[in-house]
Amino acid sequence: MIEVHNLSRYYGTFCALKEISFSIANGEVVGFLGRNGAGKSTTLKVLAGLLAPSAGTVKIDNVDMTEAPTGFRKRIGFLPEEPPLYEDLSVSDFLRYVGSLRGMSAQAIKSRLPEVLAKAQLEDRADQLISELSHGYRKRVGIAQAIIHRPKLVILDEPFSGLDPAQIRGMRVVIRALAEESTVLISSHNLPEISQTCDRVLVLKRGRLVAEPDGSSDPISPTIGGLAGGVAKNHVSLTLRGDAGAVGAFLEASPLVKGHTLKARAGLVLAYVLLNEDAPEALVEALVAAGIGVRRVEDGLAIQLEDVFLDLTEDRK
Amino acid sequence: MSAILHIALRELGSFLNSWWGWVILALMLLFDGLAFNVYAVGFQPKYSSDVLESFMEASTVTVMIGGVLLAMPTIARERANGTLALLQTAPVTEAQVIAGKYLGALSFLVIIKALTLYMPLLVQINGKVSWSQIGAGYLGLFGLGAAVVAIGVFASTISRNQILAAVLGGSIVGVLILAWLLSRISEPPLKSIFAYMALFDRHFQPFMRGRINTESLVYYASVSFGFLLLATRALKARRWV
Repeated sequence: MIEVHNLSRYYGTFCALKEISFSIANGEVVGFLGRNGAGKSTTLKVLAGLLAPSAGTVKIDNVDMTEAPTGFRKRIGFLPEEPPLYEDLSVSDFLRYVGSLRGMSAQAIKSRLPEVLAKAQLEDRADQLISELSHGYRKRVGIAQAIIHRPKLVILDEPFSGLDPAQIRGMRVVIRALAEESTVLISSHNLPEISQTCDRVLVLKRGRLVAEPDGSSDPISPTIGGLAGGVAKNHVSLTLRGDAGAVGAFLEASPLVKGHTLKARAGLVLAYVLLNEDAPEALVEALVAAGIGVRRVEDGLAIQLEDVFLDLTEDRK
Repeated sequence: MSAILHIALRELGSFLNSWWGWVILALMLLFDGLAFNVYAVGFQPKYSSDVLESFMEASTVTVMIGGVLLAMPTIARERANGTLALLQTAPVTEAQVIAGKYLGALSFLVIIKALTLYMPLLVQINGKVSWSQIGAGYLGLFGLGAAVVAIGVFASTISRNQILAAVLGGSIVGVLILAWLLSRISEPPLKSIFAYMALFDRHFQPFMRGRINTESLVYYASVSFGFLLLATRALKARRWV
C-alpha cells in the first residue's frame, strides 16, 4: 500500500505541489495526468526519492520516506522519461550492476535476470551493448532496471514517449506484466494509452490533486465523476434525448445509480454514471421505460478521457 | 561497503571501457617517461638519489593533472547522461556514492602510477638508492593524488558539466599549489597558514627526498576527507533544490 499524505514541495518560494494526498493499493496500475507544469514530474521525483518533500509524508508498506530513506528506496523502481543507461555495458551487465547497487546478492541476480529479461521482452538482446539498442529497446532496459529488485512500486515517467505503434503495443504488454508483482504508477500525456493501461487515474492541476477518482468507494462528484467514468469499473457514458432536469431527477432516484454527472450539449444530455453494480443494460431498460430516449451507450473504458482531462485541467473563466 | 565497492568497480570499468581513460593513461605514462629521461636522468652526471628526487618531483605534475582529469567525470558525467538518477534512487547513501566514485578514480590513478615503477627500479638496479626513498616517494604521490582526486570529485559534484568540473578542480588545486608563494609574501600568522595549505611545497618535498612526514600525511588525509565531505553534502543538497 502506498500512502501519500499532505505532500508539498517548494522550489524556493514557488509551490510546485500543494498538500496532495492519495493512496494506491497493491497491484493497481494508476495513471498520473496533468498538463505541463502541473507538478507531475515533481511528484514522481519525490516518490522516487530523487527529491525530498518540503512537507508531508510518503509511505510504502508503512516505511516512511524521510525516516528510512534507503529502506524506502529499496521498495521503489523508477524509470525517468530518458532511461538512465550506461552505454558501454551490455544489457545483462547493466542489469547485474543495478541489481548489486540495490543490494541483491550475485546469486539472487543470477536467478532473477532471466525473469526480468523475459518480462521486459529483452531475451534476444541480453548480450548486446546498450549503445547499439533502438529507443524502444532502451525503454525496455529502463523498465528492466526498475523491476530487477522486485520493488513494491514501479514509477514510469512517460513510458510511451517516442515509441512507434508496434512498440507501444509491446510496452502495454510489458506494463500489464509488471502489475503481477508490483504497483505501477504511470505518468503520460498519451491519454488513450493511459485509459487502456490503467485501472484509475490521478489528475494534477497547478500542484493540486483535482481528482482522485476512486469511484468504487466515493460517490462521484461533478468534477470527479466524468473522469472516474473514463477509467474505472461500473461506469457508463450515456447520450440521452430529453430534458436535463428530468434525466437528473431520474438518475437521482434510481436505485441502480450511485452517482452521476450531466452535461447538456446540442440538445442532448451527456451523462456519466457510476452504477452500484456492473449492469448498464438494466439502467438502459429503466431509462427507456421512463420515456428517456437513449441515443448512445458506452462502457466506462470507452469514454473520451481527453474530454474529461481537458475539463478538469482547463481554467474556467 | 558492498555498495561502495560496486560503484568503485563500475567507475574503474568506465575508464577501461572508454577511450578517455586510455588516453589519460597513455599521456601520463608518456610524460613520466619523458620527464624521467630528460629531466630526472638528464645529460649531466648525477647522484642516484638526485635522479629519483627529480623523478618524484616531475611525477607530481602528472598526478595533479591526471587526478583532476580522472575525477572530472565522476559525478558530472552521470548528471549529463541522466544516470545520476540511478544512483540517487538506489538504496545507497550519498556518502557511499561519493566514496565509490572517489575510490574508482583513485584506483585508476594508482594503476597508472604503478606502471611507472620500473623507472625508479632502473635507478635502484643501476645506481644506489634505498628502497625506502622509492617507497616514501610513492607514498607522497599517493597522498597528493588522494587529495587532488577528492578535490576533483567535489568539483565534479557541483559542476554542471565535465569541462567546468575540470576548470574548477584545476583552479582549486592551482590555488593550493600557489599558497607557498603567498606564504613568502605574507606576514605571520597568515604566513604559516598559507605555508601549511601548500599542496606541494611544504608537504610533498620531504617525500621526494625519502622522508615520510606524518604531518603531511595528516594534511593530505584532511584535504581528502574535507573535500569528500563537501561533495557528499553537495550531492545531498541536490535533493532539496
